[in-house]
Amino acid sequence: MTCLVEIPTALRALCEGELQVQVPVGNVRSIVRALDERFPGFREQLGQSFAVAIDGELIHDPWLEPVPAGTELHFLPVIAGGQETQVSVNAAYAAPEDVEAAVALLAEAGSQGRVLAGGTDLIVQMRTGQCSPQLLVDVKRIPALGVCELGTEVLRLGAALSSAVLREQPEVRRVFPGLVEAAELIGSEQVQGRASLGGNLCNGSPAADTVPALIVADATCIVAGPTGMREVPVAAFCTGPGETVLGTGELLVELRVPRPPARTSDAYLRFTPRSEMDIAVAGAAARLELGDDGRCRGARVAIGAVAPTALLVPEAAEALVGSDLGEDALEAAAAAVRAASRPIDDVRAPAAFRTHLVGVLSKRVVRIAASRAAGEPG
Amino acid sequence: MTRMHITTCLNGEEIDFLCEPHQSLLHVLRDELKLTGTKEGCGTGDCGACSVILDGRLVNSCLTLAAEVQGRSVETVEGVAGPVSQAGTVGLHPIQQKLLEHAALQCGVCTPGIVMAVKALLDREPDPSEREVRYWLAGNLCRCTGYDKIVRAVLDAAAELRNLPEERQPA
Repeated sequence: MTCLVEIPTALRALCEGELQVQVPVGNVRSIVRALDERFPGFREQLGQSFAVAIDGELIHDPWLEPVPAGTELHFLPVIAGGQETQVSVNAAYAAPEDVEAAVALLAEAGSQGRVLAGGTDLIVQMRTGQCSPQLLVDVKRIPALGVCELGTEVLRLGAALSSAVLREQPEVRRVFPGLVEAAELIGSEQVQGRASLGGNLCNGSPAADTVPALIVADATCIVAGPTGMREVPVAAFCTGPGETVLGTGELLVELRVPRPPARTSDAYLRFTPRSEMDIAVAGAAARLELGDDGRCRGARVAIGAVAPTALLVPEAAEALVGSDLGEDALEAAAAAVRAASRPIDDVRAPAAFRTHLVGVLSKRVVRIAASRAAGEPG
Repeated sequence: MTRMHITTCLNGEEIDFLCEPHQSLLHVLRDELKLTGTKEGCGTGDCGACSVILDGRLVNSCLTLAAEVQGRSVETVEGVAGPVSQAGTVGLHPIQQKLLEHAALQCGVCTPGIVMAVKALLDREPDPSEREVRYWLAGNLCRCTGYDKIVRAVLDAAAELRNLPEERQPA
């Protein structure tokens, strides 16, 4: 006596392309064993977690389920994205209300502690097993980390400030259009509602969009630690992919961005295959200061996704300062940018294409920053 | 691990629940509170099926820890429709009604997330352009409709909401 087993799509190659096979009746365990004998590897590929449907009736935990003669049996392997996505670690959670308490918690937890701001990188990393901290320190209840304050000399941005809040400050957008446009390129609306500027920096991604924009804005990182506060220029904050200068117990509290001089503006551009929900293949930011004669008086150019960290490129700035920002100066700046870039080949682009792109982007971004500095609309 | 006691405002109602410190808001909504309208698609913040509104902001509940909502306000798709009327009809929100009328769903798994995303958009911008709608919904993946019907439904819902007299505006 036999029953009819429908072979799941994912296992058909293993089963020599069979769609259905007749197997002697028994229970699910004996049927899996029979199939494994006929198609070695069947059991392993099916895995431990699956459900079956016997004549259309769904049975979870089916190993000992009897399978009568003449029935039709379907295996339903677990689809990736289902039960694998539970946070598998047993991290404790703390939500301190001031910087001192957060630093004390982080210092005590040492390498087992992680800062939770928007969680859009950290929670994904925990779920995919890239990290398994014992303590999550949620810093969003610390008022200092949610600050967004544009003063006469400096813009203060709390490290846990979300992109969504930053975007809603028209005066900040007017003064730092490039920084705001970099922040609003990150992820979806849902991600924007959570993802923080400080997190984008501390995550240490070479492709982080806000980092080149913060570098050209000459931002300073205010870091609190067990021995007090220290300041780190943003260009020196990331030391490699996923690595920063933060030591044990240290917390990024705030980014301080000096107000730019008159007739100065910034811009950020990146290249992605899709217009939304993508990661920069290459990125470039520029801040341009124009003199009364319209010539370039000051410049800062930074690039992203083409080196282990975002880079300031002083040689590109030198090519621009004093020039009329004509094609020759822009091409010289682009050549400097290409020379400074050290991209890798990966799934998103070959290195040579990234080098080419970052040159193109730097020319475009300089033009945009210059037209903004000149007060031209758009 | 000690379970945490969380008090939060869920769809306008003060509620309490217990959760593990690392449990996501999505899993607490679905498994503890049995509010299964919010769906899990990817679990990594890419698909938007789990979208909820947290303190007025659209977020992915899969990337939010349940412990984080202590003292905050959470809106899920269960809170969007109005009460059932005496005639027994459900008072669908115009966003839901227009999604139905435009046949802007097939399998429906993305729909609760779309409803929440559109609500967050129209609460902020009552008269969005088509471009704004498309960019706003970039974080809500739909593999059935091709998005066009969704976009039409959203623009239609926005127009209807703008034209409703104040006393008939949904809460």
